[in-house]
Amino acid sequence: MAIKDVYQGTRAIGRALGVTLKHLFEAPVTVESPDREPIAVYPRFRGRHYLRRYENGLERCIGCQLCEAACPTGAIYIEAEENDPDNPVSPGERYARVYEINLLRCIFCGDCEEACPTEAIVLGHGYTLANYTRRDFVLTKEDLLNPPEPNVVIRPEG
Amino acid sequence: MDWVDLVVIPIIKGALILFILLTATAYLTLFERKLIARFQVRLGPNRAGPFGLLQPLADAVKLFFKEEVVPGHVNKPVYLLAPMMAMVPAIALFAVVPLGPDLSLFGRRIPLHMGGDVNVALLYVLAIASVGTYGVMLAGWASNNNYSLLGAMRTSAQMISYELPMAIIVASLLLVTGTMSVVEIVEQPRPLWAWLWLWLGFPLYFITMLAESNRAPFDFPETENELIAGYQTEYGGFKFAVFYISEYLHMLTSSAVAVTLFFGGWRGPFVDQFPLLGPVYLALKTVAILFLYVWVRASIPRLRYDQLMSFGWKYLLPWSLLYLAVTAVLVVALS
Repeated sequence: MAIKDVYQGTRAIGRALGVTLKHLFEAPVTVESPDREPIAVYPRFRGRHYLRRYENGLERCIGCQLCEAACPTGAIYIEAEENDPDNPVSPGERYARVYEINLLRCIFCGDCEEACPTEAIVLGHGYTLANYTRRDFVLTKEDLLNPPEPNVVIRPEG
Repeated sequence: MDWVDLVVIPIIKGALILFILLTATAYLTLFERKLIARFQVRLGPNRAGPFGLLQPLADAVKLFFKEEVVPGHVNKPVYLLAPMMAMVPAIALFAVVPLGPDLSLFGRRIPLHMGGDVNVALLYVLAIASVGTYGVMLAGWASNNNYSLLGAMRTSAQMISYELPMAIIVASLLLVTGTMSVVEIVEQPRPLWAWLWLWLGFPLYFITMLAESNRAPFDFPETENELIAGYQTEYGGFKFAVFYISEYLHMLTSSAVAVTLFFGGWRGPFVDQFPLLGPVYLALKTVAILFLYVWVRASIPRLRYDQLMSFGWKYLLPWSLLYLAVTAVLVVALS
């Protein structure tokens, strides 16, 4: 019946308008990431890589190239060199003279981390990886040893 | 009436009104985007300038610097004419909206509306509002594209269906006010029952307004998920911007007309002492109606095409006819 339809339609529209009006006065759930508010990541989140050092300043990386072998996409490129015994860069026999990670190839699987015998290469929490040129996506050893402090919050696991 | 009254003042007034109207339209897009974002518990655009206030400017610059593409398969003169045909009626509609009481400036009386006190202003409103359909129709036809043509066909069918109830409701208003001059409709005193009765009919009018300006839930010409972008499919860059602006202009002017017809236009407290308050009141009331537009868009999904037609002919038309009949009885009984 027309009158019943009109009544029901009006009620339905009224309810729809009520729902949206209720949401109008709620605070937005948007997180203005990454420049204004950080997104909370889990502790084992795999982000931008970095290379670690020992407390005495020596590099952990001994240039064994196991990470390069483990990398499923061939994103890692290493040129190793013998350490100078008088002025060693790492505690082992060799060190990585060139250590590059191509982030355009990297799939952030973490296999490099697993393969590393000295826990030198680690995936950090940084996830703001956008860049303007392709060259900037290749992380050099310099970039990896001095990673920028990622603007993230670690959320509890569980 | 010397040449200053006839030439200089209308030119200044026209330029000023056009400027304000187009700026308001630009900011209406931001208003809508911000508001609809808040309805959806989002933030909306906030990067261009403080609170995103420069967003309309950024949008405009982006669209103006796009390449002007005229596809090879279009009917070129009609294709180029269509955006203008959409925009001109949207602006022309505003000419009869009274913006405030007469202003006394430098010893001259300046009426605050563009087109003067036209004695058939209501007919003008109905006529010009329908001309807007031509822009859409021509765009759909000239584009030589199935989707465009389908969108345009739907729009014209929709506009014709919904113009009828709109005209009937306006006729009811005519019965109550007894005049077609919009200036008189605003200025004449109205008894309380007339106000209440008109407000009761406003929802009906508002539905026809939504359909006239192709807004959700009646945004059929642009049904993205069926018709890509409807009649706008073949348009890009500045020509697209003109369509976009004219859609929002249509919203703005139809809101201003609704305020003028149903909510006393520029009238409000203290407006007799300070005539410049008139435009302010008009703007505030218009914003309230625009809020309604956005609220409805955020709340109600798009209808199906057959639902639109059946709603227009089987519900809206009989109910508006009933409204007209009851209005006639009320006018005879109460005045």
